Amino acid sequence: MSGATKFGFLIMLLLITGAVLAPALAPFDPDAISESEIQGPSARHWFGTDDLGRDLFSRALFGARISLTVGVVAVVIAVLIGTIGGALAGYYGGWLDGLIMRLVDIMLAFPSIFLILAIQTMLTPNIYNVMIVIGLTSWMGVSRLVRGEFLRIRELQYVEAARAIGCSDLRIIFRHILPNAAGPIIVAGTLGMAGAVLTESALSFLGLGVQPPLSSWGNMLMDSQAYMRDAPWLAIIPGLLILLTVLSLYFIGEGLREKLNVRD
Amino acid sequence: MRRYILRRLLQLIPLLIGISLISFLVMHLAPGDPTALFIDPNVKPEELARVRTNWGLDQPIYVQYFLWLKNALLLDFGRSYTTGQPVINEIAERLPMTLLLMIPSYLLTLLICIPVGVISAVRKNGWFDNLFTFLSFAGMAIPTFWLGLMLMLLFSVQLRWLPAVGGIILPLMTMTIGSLAGLTRYQRAAMLEVLNQDFIRTARAKGLPERVVIFKHALRNALIPIVTILGLSLPDLFGGAFVIETIFAWPGMGRLGVQCIFQRNYPVIMGVVMLSALLIVLGNLLADIGYALVDPRIRYERRD
Repeated sequence: MSGATKFGFLIMLLLITGAVLAPALAPFDPDAISESEIQGPSARHWFGTDDLGRDLFSRALFGARISLTVGVVAVVIAVLIGTIGGALAGYYGGWLDGLIMRLVDIMLAFPSIFLILAIQTMLTPNIYNVMIVIGLTSWMGVSRLVRGEFLRIRELQYVEAARAIGCSDLRIIFRHILPNAAGPIIVAGTLGMAGAVLTESALSFLGLGVQPPLSSWGNMLMDSQAYMRDAPWLAIIPGLLILLTVLSLYFIGEGLREKLNVRD
Repeated sequence: MRRYILRRLLQLIPLLIGISLISFLVMHLAPGDPTALFIDPNVKPEELARVRTNWGLDQPIYVQYFLWLKNALLLDFGRSYTTGQPVINEIAERLPMTLLLMIPSYLLTLLICIPVGVISAVRKNGWFDNLFTFLSFAGMAIPTFWLGLMLMLLFSVQLRWLPAVGGIILPLMTMTIGSLAGLTRYQRAAMLEVLNQDFIRTARAKGLPERVVIFKHALRNALIPIVTILGLSLPDLFGGAFVIETIFAWPGMGRLGVQCIFQRNYPVIMGVVMLSALLIVLGNLLADIGYALVDPRIRYERRD
């Protein structure tokens, strides 16, 4: 395992621990006003306080829960849709393949952030809709990938053997082909989670994602632009956390790619 | 080649219709009514009904869609709910501002990513490669909007060199750094792959100077994939424009789109989506054509 991958796993472990143990670790109630004004980082408030006087460290810990959960759930949705679509397209081919791949083409031609924004304004912006919308707009890459794997694997002899002994299509798809396509899917999922965390942060920053008082790293940045002169830590800290998370996921993804022998 | 281009152009028609249908449904099936955002709630019901009729909102949704499609084919995208101006004019006013960011950013990206990618590949695992590998991972992991905020913090709040809003340098920097990271990685990978080919080994074996091997034999082949990726990176560039223009209050098409989404200004949103989608699919098509032009091995049709 390379140094970068180890770094990635270490940071992820820290972030997940912080997220899971947030209620025990947070020195303050994340929603409570603990000071009467904005304060810079200090021994009492490690990350300072925000414009309402809430402890930023506590909010960041609770924000980790939201941001990481949104990332995981969104990517699970995307991988499920992408895998099923790609498997059907690659295994059956023909008109079904044509139909699914045209849908992929259409979805890819949207600037995705625009589609997400549009859907989000139409729905009530809340954490569940954020997960669903990100999932529904980011499955296309996985779909193409899985289709490619299926096209390759379905011609292999062991699939022919499975068919010869009378396995059903579903059994061949799920028991024989899919496990052998797992490597690329796992790598794509890891990188996809990085993308989902980024998208959530942008959405919440624009006010269309996770809604206050619930804190996510993205919505912690929402008001920071107004306090940039007097309280730059409000803009710096949540962004650094997003950067670290995404970077770790990239490093883990690269590590997995090498370990699982996945081509680029 | 001509027949291939014609076929691809014809394929764009169902694609664009599909895009318009999905966008239309997403907007119009949402609960609520756009008039609620523009019209004084105390207005008389007759007046409200008149506005709804005017905007065609009283029609069944499939009628609304076919009306929109019919007019769109004649390049009439309706009028903005807020300003009453034709959508075409609104977009035509803003598009040059977006292109003013995108085109220089594209050129700058190319100008930087090709040499950096090539040097990284030639000196694989050297200090230059390691530095830029780290930088490109960081660049890919940075949220674009936060990069914009940080540049603003550094250059306008701390150093006071550049205006936070109104100047072109900060949004241009944000957009370029955002697309640079991925493309540099891509160029490096392309060069590495070429350097592992047999013909490079042959060139070295017959005693050509390394300079000739790199520039004449390897680089030319390593530039081919970048032509494709140029077309394929258009959606990301557009996506970035929406956020970047919003942060820096840059009066381009992206900001117009985001504002209209918040206002549920349907005709303008449809116009912006369709134009972006058209540019994206045309970009992809140009990428494929460019690919065939620079690489004579690629043929999209059988030679007669």
